Amino acid sequence: MVAKTGASPAAERLAVDAAAEAVISVSGLVKRYGEVEAVRGIDFSVARGETFGFLGPNGAGKTTTIKILCTLANATAGSATVAGHDSAADRDAVRRNIGLVFQDTTLDTYLTAEQNLRFHAELYGVPKAAVMPRMHQVMDMVGLWDRKDSLVSTFSGGMQRRLEIARGLLHAPHVLFLDEPTVGLDPQTRSSIWSYINDLKTREDITIFLTTHYMDEAEHCDRIAIIDHGKIVAIDTPEALKASIGKDRVQIQTADDQAAIAAMASTFGIEAAMHEGAVTFSVASGEQFVPQLFSELSIPIKSVSVSRPSLDDVFMSYTGTTIRDAEGGAGNEFMRNMHKMRSGGRR
Amino acid sequence: MATQTSEPVAVTEAGAVVERIRVAVPSGGVRHDLRAVSIVWRRELIRFRTDRLRAITSLVQPLLFLFILGTGLSSLAGHSLPSGVDFKTFIYPGVLAMSVLFTAIFSAGSIVWDREFGFLREILVAPVSRGAIVIGKCLGGATIATFQGVIFLALAGFAHVPYSPPLLLTLVGELVLLSFTLTAFGVMMAARIKQFQAFMALTQMLVMPLFFLSGALYPLNGLPGWLTVLTRIDPLTYVVGPMRYAVFAHLNLPAFIDVHLAPSITWGGWPVPLWLSLGIVAVMGLGMMGVAIAEFSKNE
Repeated sequence: MVAKTGASPAAERLAVDAAAEAVISVSGLVKRYGEVEAVRGIDFSVARGETFGFLGPNGAGKTTTIKILCTLANATAGSATVAGHDSAADRDAVRRNIGLVFQDTTLDTYLTAEQNLRFHAELYGVPKAAVMPRMHQVMDMVGLWDRKDSLVSTFSGGMQRRLEIARGLLHAPHVLFLDEPTVGLDPQTRSSIWSYINDLKTREDITIFLTTHYMDEAEHCDRIAIIDHGKIVAIDTPEALKASIGKDRVQIQTADDQAAIAAMASTFGIEAAMHEGAVTFSVASGEQFVPQLFSELSIPIKSVSVSRPSLDDVFMSYTGTTIRDAEGGAGNEFMRNMHKMRSGGRR
Repeated sequence: MATQTSEPVAVTEAGAVVERIRVAVPSGGVRHDLRAVSIVWRRELIRFRTDRLRAITSLVQPLLFLFILGTGLSSLAGHSLPSGVDFKTFIYPGVLAMSVLFTAIFSAGSIVWDREFGFLREILVAPVSRGAIVIGKCLGGATIATFQGVIFLALAGFAHVPYSPPLLLTLVGELVLLSFTLTAFGVMMAARIKQFQAFMALTQMLVMPLFFLSGALYPLNGLPGWLTVLTRIDPLTYVVGPMRYAVFAHLNLPAFIDVHLAPSITWGGWPVPLWLSLGIVAVMGLGMMGVAIAEFSKNE
């Protein structure tokens, strides 16, 4: 894996702004669990009002980083500052200023939606006079005010997630942490969760830090950091990252894929590889290349597709693998989380 | 302290002006901690109220002991009891203690449950002292367990225990103390044990010995030495003893019967005064609560 250097000018400007008013700043962060190094020295900062995403496969160190930022784990080395407070030395100050939505549900399903929120308000010491109006506001924001008296156990997975987001906002935090906010939800519910998140950005003066392993969700972020094996390999705006690739992705189905890969190398000098069941390679301008491909490649081609660089390609170019392939090794953990989610919702 | 102001802020896509309610969360303080204690306590009550089945099922075991075992054994034990004293009356204080035993410890066990299902994380990431959370939990468990005990206390008449207000007040006071200490014990264990099954297994293993060694079913005098020692290290003994003493003091029996059936707890012949007996239970409860607070603070 090669870490590319040289962020785009836009990102550099953002980084300068971020240094000026960083809500989150992390330097030299390392987390070791025994022999395993989950986070291997990462540095980044997030500016006020930004939506910042950590993109990477499961097991890349995303959740570990979020846990350290949220005072739930201690770093082995390095430091993290959140909303002006050190996340190790000044835990309570950090906690007052952050809202959290975890991967797994942390609602009391035996209580009603309102009781869950009231519990949170009291625990965070939200001023008494503000509790009711603020509860109304955040539940309205996620469209659950009319269900406030329902037991959370009667809620669907998507409704529970929305309620958790509302609860995370209840004490008006400066930073909202969303750890895999849509994992385990169906595509329709995922997009509705995102419309609520995008809506809240216009309503609340808030910085959002999220982790995801869905490429399409990373598109919602102002900036993303690609994290793999505990290291940040790229950090920039989604547009700048895609532009940095500069190549189109071509995927072909052939009668003999292995022969085709060999032929690609010998005929065009292009390195191709199997990804998602197709011979995949990158070229500067795909559409112009396709006619040449058909006339010169000796192997019969069954189908061809050309795509503009996506975050998938960005991820592949920085890590040498697609996120789905990378997930393969961590699949068990993913399944476990899915299972936990579902059983959590059912009990 | 915190302030609250409203100001019109953002305009949504639909064009509606949204009032943003500004919330400033206070930085600690006693009042904040008290609110935390209170809400953890209230959650315990809400959960108990919505879980009627639990309230009913935890009454089954003491009822079995009192009416089935109590009635069944009275033909046998009756011969050694003075006339006019029912065996059910004798075991009533011990069974009353039992009626709070399960409720108190299982209410503490909900911490393990909360940990498994994630809710504990919501509690532990809040900007509030671990002490407030543990105290709220102990008071909550003590409240619902006492409530459970009071329901059982309503059945006192069936065991020929008089409904005399001073006696009832004394027993309720002792139930509060016992419930608190048992919950603190449960919370202390729950701080360590991560799996609900393990917690259940351990409490099942501990609860019956606690009950059997407390002298709930037999008098504490004239026991073999080894059993005497075991009964004296069971904290439950120091509540069952005073409760039985209180019941027998209200029965208008000749003094020698009281001495025989509800003797003082003795340490090597020295009678332990009532205040010390109950004081031991209170100190143990506070001590275990302290350990639980330390344990949860360490987990940070």
